[in-house]
Parts: sequence; C-alpha cells; structure tokens
Amino acid sequence: MESKPTLTKNPTTEDRKSERELVITRTFNAPARIVFAAWTTPELFMRWWAPKSMGVPLLSCSMDVRVGGGYRVAFGHDASSATEFFGKYLEVIPNARLVWTNEESDDAAVTTVTFEEKDGKTLLVLHELYPSKEALDEASGMEGVMSEQFEQLDELLVTLGAGEA
Amino acid sequence: MVQYSTARLDTSFAALSDATRRGVLEQLGRADASITDLAEKFHMTLTGMKKHVGILEQAGFVTTQKVGRVRTCRLGLRRLEEEAAWIESYRRLWDARFDALDNLVEELKQKEKDDGE
Repeated sequence: MESKPTLTKNPTTEDRKSERELVITRTFNAPARIVFAAWTTPELFMRWWAPKSMGVPLLSCSMDVRVGGGYRVAFGHDASSATEFFGKYLEVIPNARLVWTNEESDDAAVTTVTFEEKDGKTLLVLHELYPSKEALDEASGMEGVMSEQFEQLDELLVTLGAGEA
Repeated sequence: MVQYSTARLDTSFAALSDATRRGVLEQLGRADASITDLAEKFHMTLTGMKKHVGILEQAGFVTTQKVGRVRTCRLGLRRLEEEAAWIESYRRLWDARFDALDNLVEELKQKEKDDGE
C-alpha cells in the first residue's frame, strides 16, 4: 500500500481485535526510552502527533505524566476554532507502558500504549478500548463493510498508484 | 466524522471489482477517450466496452458525452477519494504520525550519540 520508494520504513498495522478494541502496531529503530520520551514530552509530542497530511496543526499540549495526572491537547488553526482532547493517565511505567483516558466525549476510548524493546528497536503497541462497537465504528471510519471489499479497494489503489509512477 | 453511504459504497466496489473497468479508469486518468478507443485498447467489442463504461457511469466514476457519432468518456466528478478515505483514514493517520515520529526518533538518537561523545 505504501508508495514511498525511498527509505524502507516499518509498516503500521491495524487490527480490530474485537467489537470494541482496535490495535495499532509499529516498530521504531530506537530504544524504548527515546520512543517513550517522544510520547511524554510535550515539545517532542507536538512535533509528530499532528503530521502535515492531517491538515490541522497542534496548537498546544500539556502533559502531567504520572498516575492521575492530566493531559490536554488542542488542534486548530487558531484558538477560537480549536478542538480539545483531554483526559488523565491511569498507568505510567517509564519506558514501558502508558494508559490514559480520553474524556472529550462519552464515546471515547481508553488508550494503552506499550513500548517493548528488543535489539535496540522498540515495538509499539497501541490498544484502544471503546465503550461500544458503534463508538469504535465511528472513530475508525468503519461501517461494518466486509474485508473482501477492503481487498478490492487495496488492489485498485495499488493499480492506480502504479499507473501514476 | 464523515458518514459513508453503504449503498453507494456497494455500487462503487461492485464497479471496481472488474479488472477491465479498473484499467479503463486508469486509462481515463491519463486522457479522455472514446468508447471505440477503449474497446480497441482492451481488445473488446464495442458492445462489451459500452457495458463496462455504463457500470462505471452508474457508479459516478465516469461521465460520457456524445458529440456527433463519437461518445467520449472522461473521469467523473465522483472520484475515489471517498472510498479511499473510508478505508484508509485511520491507519493512514497513524502511519503519517509514525513517519513523523521516525524522523524525531532519529534526531533524538543522533543527539544522544553526540552528547555521549
């Protein structure tokens, strides 16, 4: 699916573990302490959480990374149109595990991120547990369509991508 | 959150489920073409190509216009963005984020190395 021909990059996988759970995985070529720092230091977090392709920049970010501590992230082009995401940390194990709540809506997930270091690389597993199937459908843009259709579209996008090259 | 119409997606995916029709879209992405051109290109009868174009037209991927005796096909206003967005939006978001995180992580690694020297 990925059409970037340059650096070999590690794939991002998405797996719907159950009706209410979604798991995203990715390996990073760095030790866990570095990846963990990028998730827990506001000025570092702000440099990657809203990539340009997302279209909406991050305006501000505050994090009190300890059990019971809060975080608040604001997206938008200016303060008047900003959307805020916030919640609190339920678990914090330095360089290994973070669990936080998302409290901006009743349908938001509890997010668990684990950082597993092996041979200098870090396997990151992000797990989201939603309050209901509908909440997960809504969040991830899935409307219960079958995997066969996914495959067809994948195939087509590959074909069209190849045509452009 | 974007809402997607299931019926419309069904029509789209059905239209896209055929290799010839995907080829036609790819071709029209490069240049408009007449049904005759397309039939020749894909080694098909005119009738066969008309059928394929009809299905693509129904799904909104292609529009046709008859001028004199020639029916010209072009990509419709309705493009694949919605389907692509629908299937890919969430994973893509994470993928883009993680690409950005890759860059940052490389920078931090380098900094650690420099500081250690």
